[in-house]
Amino acid sequence: MIDRGINDVLSEKRGAILTRWFDAIADSYPANASSFFKDRKDRFANPVGSAIKEATETVVDVLIDGTSMEMPGKNEGEKVYGCLDRVIRIRAVQDFTPSKAVGFIFLLKRVLREELQQELGKDGMYGQLLFLESRIDSMALVCFESYMKYREKLFELKVDEFKHMAFRLLEKANLTVDPTGDRIASGKGAPESSDMK
Amino acid sequence: MPDELKRKELVDIEYRPPKKDWMDVAPRFRHGTYIYPAKPKNLKYLDMPNPREWGPAEADWKLPDNWKEIVLNGMRERLDRYRSFKVFMDICVRCGACADKCHFFIGGGDPKNMPVLRAELIRSVYRGNFTKAGRILGRLNGARELTKDVIKEWFYYFYQCTECRRCSVFCPYGIDTAEITMMGRELLNLLGCNVNWVMEPVANCYRTGNHLGIQPHALMDMFGMMLDDIKDRVGIKIEPSFNRKGAEILFVTPSADYFAEPGIYTCMGYLLLLHELGLDYTWSTYASEGGNFGLFTSHEMIKRLNAKIYAEARRLGVKWILGGECGHMWRVIHQYMDTMNGPADFLEEPVSPITGTRFENAKSTKMVHIAEFTADLIKNDKLKLDPSRNDDLRVTFHDSCNPSRAMGILEEPRYIIKHVCNNFYEMPENTIREQTFCCAGGAGLGTDEMMEMRMRGGLPRANAVQYVHDRHGVNRLTCMCAIDRATLTTLMEYWVPEVKVTGVHELVGNALVMKGEKERVLTLRGDPIKETEGDEHV
Repeated sequence: MIDRGINDVLSEKRGAILTRWFDAIADSYPANASSFFKDRKDRFANPVGSAIKEATETVVDVLIDGTSMEMPGKNEGEKVYGCLDRVIRIRAVQDFTPSKAVGFIFLLKRVLREELQQELGKDGMYGQLLFLESRIDSMALVCFESYMKYREKLFELKVDEFKHMAFRLLEKANLTVDPTGDRIASGKGAPESSDMK
Repeated sequence: MPDELKRKELVDIEYRPPKKDWMDVAPRFRHGTYIYPAKPKNLKYLDMPNPREWGPAEADWKLPDNWKEIVLNGMRERLDRYRSFKVFMDICVRCGACADKCHFFIGGGDPKNMPVLRAELIRSVYRGNFTKAGRILGRLNGARELTKDVIKEWFYYFYQCTECRRCSVFCPYGIDTAEITMMGRELLNLLGCNVNWVMEPVANCYRTGNHLGIQPHALMDMFGMMLDDIKDRVGIKIEPSFNRKGAEILFVTPSADYFAEPGIYTCMGYLLLLHELGLDYTWSTYASEGGNFGLFTSHEMIKRLNAKIYAEARRLGVKWILGGECGHMWRVIHQYMDTMNGPADFLEEPVSPITGTRFENAKSTKMVHIAEFTADLIKNDKLKLDPSRNDDLRVTFHDSCNPSRAMGILEEPRYIIKHVCNNFYEMPENTIREQTFCCAGGAGLGTDEMMEMRMRGGLPRANAVQYVHDRHGVNRLTCMCAIDRATLTTLMEYWVPEVKVTGVHELVGNALVMKGEKERVLTLRGDPIKETEGDEHV
């Protein structure tokens, strides 16, 4: 079992960690956008900021609550996956290189090291931090998978849109009907849309 | 794909963007964020300047030698001609009320998508060349030189504005950023810097009458297929008339309604409704496009393309015009048609032959929106409707930018939807009606090469849809715009794939109980109609 030590310290510093990580992510955008994403609270007026906020809180809380050396359980994992996926879905279409789109997760490592600096000499604390960092690395891999999924989705959408746009023209040229009667343009044979969730 | 990392960056990834003044940041033309240029053949067809092969990502844009003189003369001419342009250049106090209202800024975070800054792109050149203070104080006064880089910046950002006018709702001075974008695009046109997604539909429309350049015989074939589907699913044989002289009403709708999915299902809805009413109306293969990409080109082009509607109405001798579910078509009709191509004094003030209602709002243009027409029919109890046929659908309504902000048609579609389906849920207040968020594909941006930018700008809309999907299980997004029907379909596929897109009259067509119909087991899309509990007991 992890010594309660690091969880207690993280719990105490939760607010500071969240603020610093959130700000570091927001600062990956140009200045005017950064302040807007930080300050505007309405989730409909500011979907980017609210998605980042939700993800940072979920991830940090999961790290704080992790009392076992095991990786997070199914529910916990799904929760983390869902909120990271949401942020990556956004960053995959923003003006970022792939590394910068995904790299926001590593900013948390920097924040944790700085916040825990004073405590690192204490018994077992360093090892516990390494364990937490491994979990963050796993989350980074999840982010990478999401990123690729959404970039591929963009290219699929281009093709689908073309088919929809010329639906009747394709149909007229007998290009939309296969022997089973399924229409290409209706997306039959493609993965179920729920796979994209 | 996004840029590749350079080797240096591998050892030193900088998470923060450099802090620079906006005038010192040049746009990067990455695939996915700009639209391909107009093909020379389209510009030649329209007698527009500087047709050539060129690419926005290339260094040399092959501008004419006297490009600067052309732009400054063009600005001078427009400042003299359009008082609004002059006022909008002078009056902004940079209060910031508009700054966080653009969907591209909200979704992407590029400061030059803040409407105030987008306007500054052109306003800075205005100050530097047309105001004394700007000439003397230069950058201190927010003025700058007109350079080739400025032209590139205009091209990048004026084709990242969908002219949706959400920002103008919040401007205390009533500055309409869409009009500034329109001026920016007109100036770019003078240099031949325009996009194919706009110019090809314009050229096709000018030549053949619709965006894809579909000729009358092909158009008739497409109607034939829709009518076959109607016969299969509804059991009624409909034989609409085309180009029929002496009809009472001319019906005009965007061409996407008869060649693109899901617009065709909306079109089937019109066909069913107008047949059931026994309306004396005709379609036209000449006025076969309600959409008008002239709006995204220049004032002259709006007028040129719009003229065919009145010309056809006159040729056929109809009394008035009924229009389908389109977005920008209605901005043109409501705000430009009458002054540009009117007065249509050869037509009569529209009166519904079914209810006798006089559409006084259309007294001048003589053109009625089908949502007004249908809402009036329902209000007067002229339609037999079975909303349970749409029970599989949990519906929300997206106010398309132009019908809502440019003509204020907010209640009619909601009134119709509530009568033709049982499950309707509104999105949050600050995302609908006048404050509606754009689909991010309007004003000529709805092309596949712009996909990344469109998904970015569509986030605020999709985010609100996600909310009603999560909360109420909404699975259908209704709208009254052909561009929306195309672009929201893609937007939903990326952000909320469980939600499909539909026009209002598709729902009407499903719910309409018609004389002589067979038992309806399929919707117009061919999906099974859910059996109601009552049916199961029969």
